[in-house]
Amino acid sequence: MLKKKRNLIALGTLLLLTVATLTAFWWLPVSPLEIDSTKRLNGPSAAHWFGTDHFGRDIFGQTVMAARVSLFVGLTVALIATVLGTVTGLIAGFYQKADFVIMRIIDGMLAFPSLLLALALVAALGGSVTNIIIALSFSYWPVMTRIVRSAVLQMKSAQFIEAAKTSGVSDPVILSRYILPNVLSPIIVQGTFIFAKAILAEAALSFLGVGVEPSTPTWGNMLQEAQMYITIAPWFSIFPGIAIMMTVLSLNMLGEGVREAFDPHAKEKIKKKKGLLKTPVSAR
Amino acid sequence: MLEVNHLKTQIETNEGIVKAVDGISFRVNAGETLGIVGESGSGKSVLAHSVMQLNPKPPTFYPEGEIIYKDRNLLTLSEKELRKIRGNEIAMIFQDPMSSLNPVFKVGAQLEEAILTHQKISKKEARKRAVELLQDVGIPDAAQRMQSYPHQFSGGMRQRVLIAIALAGNPKLLIADEPTTALDVTIQAQILDLLLGLQKKYGMAIILISHDLGVISQMADRVLVMYSGRVVEEGTVNDIFHRTAMPYTWSLLRSLPRIDGGHQRLIHIEGHPPNLLAPPKGCNFAPRCPFATETCLAVDPALSPRGEGHQAACVLTKEEFNEKKKEWEAVKMEGVR
Amino acid sequence: MLLQYTIRRLVSIIPVLLVVCVIVFLIVHLTPGNPAYLILGEDSSPEAVAQLEAQLGLDKPMAEQFVDWLKNIVTGDLGESVYSSEPVTDVIFARVGPTFSLMLTSIVLTLIIAIPTAIFVVWRRHTVLDPLFTSASLVGASIPEFWFAMLLVLGFGVAVPIFPVAGYVPISAGVGGWLHHLLLPSIILATVEVGLIARMLRDSMLESVNQDYTKTARAKGLKESTVLMKHVFSNALIPTTTVVGLTIAGLLGGTVIIETIFTIPGVGQLLIDSIHRRDYPVIQGVVLFIAVVYVLVNLLIDLLYALLDPRIRYD
Repeated sequence: MLKKKRNLIALGTLLLLTVATLTAFWWLPVSPLEIDSTKRLNGPSAAHWFGTDHFGRDIFGQTVMAARVSLFVGLTVALIATVLGTVTGLIAGFYQKADFVIMRIIDGMLAFPSLLLALALVAALGGSVTNIIIALSFSYWPVMTRIVRSAVLQMKSAQFIEAAKTSGVSDPVILSRYILPNVLSPIIVQGTFIFAKAILAEAALSFLGVGVEPSTPTWGNMLQEAQMYITIAPWFSIFPGIAIMMTVLSLNMLGEGVREAFDPHAKEKIKKKKGLLKTPVSAR
Repeated sequence: MLEVNHLKTQIETNEGIVKAVDGISFRVNAGETLGIVGESGSGKSVLAHSVMQLNPKPPTFYPEGEIIYKDRNLLTLSEKELRKIRGNEIAMIFQDPMSSLNPVFKVGAQLEEAILTHQKISKKEARKRAVELLQDVGIPDAAQRMQSYPHQFSGGMRQRVLIAIALAGNPKLLIADEPTTALDVTIQAQILDLLLGLQKKYGMAIILISHDLGVISQMADRVLVMYSGRVVEEGTVNDIFHRTAMPYTWSLLRSLPRIDGGHQRLIHIEGHPPNLLAPPKGCNFAPRCPFATETCLAVDPALSPRGEGHQAACVLTKEEFNEKKKEWEAVKMEGVR
Repeated sequence: MLLQYTIRRLVSIIPVLLVVCVIVFLIVHLTPGNPAYLILGEDSSPEAVAQLEAQLGLDKPMAEQFVDWLKNIVTGDLGESVYSSEPVTDVIFARVGPTFSLMLTSIVLTLIIAIPTAIFVVWRRHTVLDPLFTSASLVGASIPEFWFAMLLVLGFGVAVPIFPVAGYVPISAGVGGWLHHLLLPSIILATVEVGLIARMLRDSMLESVNQDYTKTARAKGLKESTVLMKHVFSNALIPTTTVVGLTIAGLLGGTVIIETIFTIPGVGQLLIDSIHRRDYPVIQGVVLFIAVVYVLVNLLIDLLYALLDPRIRYD
């Protein structure tokens, strides 16, 4: 019950944030872009809930606006990495010859800590939203490939797959209609975690000054600027960070929730609990 | 030596409280073998684990009853005092030898651990004793095998190691929970022989839990028949097998595989054991009993004497039951013709 | 047996390293436009560009460049820094000490916190402690490291100045000062990783806690704490070693950020500086170096796994 509530809160937070950031221009009382040199680095107040930055801009408004880029980058990376990883994972798990080639490449890519690979790619490509998305997708898809592949390998010898093969169902149909629906839950779980990781990574890259262009409001860019004023205006640093944490935490909780709902292990545990009674529930 | 009085063991689940052991009393005398038989789900394993309180706690709890061992009620002992009894006075072996040894430790180390837990002796002496124990349970090259890991042993050999571990503290009572169920038939016989031999040598009592009446008849002096958390018949092996007084026991005997039947089957009786979350009113066995009457659906019979040391829980008297059996067999013969 | 296993694993990292080299090589060639222009700036003279192209070998066909580059790497030559004109290997090795120190203190701190936490949570698994712990580990995994670092700098640098918030003292100058400077950065890196490892350890301990062999251990009359710390823990440790590998990856990524914030002159800071200076040979060198370190660490972990699990060791 508690877990259900937790999942609902997580989902609610994300939806609220998405709606708030997409409609921000209509409802924000103070434009986040409005520069007011008389109100530089003011603390939180009734007019400026999160205070103001070094240009006198409203930090609350900026934090809400910045969610656009962060959520967009996170979602896009999650989708691209999921699609790439799923396709390669399905192929690798299903065809032994392709498996060898794909897995050598995947193993090589997994030899890089993902943040480092993204950093190197952005360094080469140059910092922009598009390049961040490319770099992060490239860094995260190998994990997805690995997960999908091992799920497919576990399924492959299932009787209904064998039956479909012998009755002449084509490989693409077996992959998409028979196998894919059955490996969907680990894909969703991992996709959610990639979403969360991508938001963290985008923020970190922007913070390091190699991410999204400094002119685009993102949480990472805000924090990079805030760093200089951390001692005199701590609110400038605190609120964008909380925004990142809440978003990432919500995603992690959702991922965890999906995992618990689908995890064969979790189900097994319930069964084991029942098995302890060793009472076949009578067929009434 | 061990006396269990009106013991209740219950398990809390999401769906309610399961009365896995529902008011069971019995005693075990020094040196004898008590067999406990029943279908899976009858609560016999939970009962066996209750004696040493090895059921996971929570969700298991013991709301009523007492387990008297050497004038002390084990249910009221502290965890610390209980540990002095576990593996020392009372030992236990389990159903699945494949998973009952820790895969990451050497067999010898696991045996020495059992010895050193209760005996204040040096490591060297413990090692010597461990080798002796392995020899006792019939493991060849015992000294070398001490250095092996569990996965390097076969199932039968692992069960021997587990028996050696159980014997490490010279227990007065050994509880064997389906000790041969997971083993091949030929290995089963070897393990049972070994247990009989060790019982003589060590002079211990054994509680043998099994679903297999063949095993019980071969090993036990006295037998408890369990059904849905209760004892439904108790007596000597002869009472149970030849003076059967309870329809459930009779059904079990009828479902025994014939000698010419080849491989051994698990007991099968029509229908299912009752749902222990919501046991039926009246006799628990009534819904599956071929002789059930309306009384049986309303009245829950208690154990009542059928002879010296022989009791059964059935509304039918000895004579009525014999009458019903004859009728049933006559009908069956008719059917065959 | 273990030797055979080691050799087999050693051979298996060769293709991995080859793919790593290809990726590192391609990184520079992904750069839109001429790298030489990017390095020198757009208003540089054509002669200077041509010279740099020749120096970097950019005027040759790609395949040939790769083979040359690979040959050099095998002999330990990673090229020259465009910024300082020193050999890249020298530049990197000058920075290795602080990074390895930070990694070491972080991983030790992580394990010191994670292992007792997991055991304690499993010991008290029927109390509120368990759901509390699960939530805490999720929160830990959701904290942006650099932001947490900023907060700690604020807290310890300004409010309670008991830890230095910048710089590094080599261990040769005294263990005390070394630890003093590394503690705060290590706490930040550990905070994120503790959750991951403790969670994995708890999960595998809970899987193991009702296994038959723990029943055997309890039936021997062992204390519950002995059952947990010896029998359950030893089995749960095996799957957890794999997660330690992942943790190292997280730490290697994290050090880049943490070194930048705490101005620790390590490999991570070198990487960020080189990115800003467009010093591609050094970027390549650092990325390659970290990847190789990571591959070797994972190899060690695999061997540790085999050492812990007799079923693999004797297979």
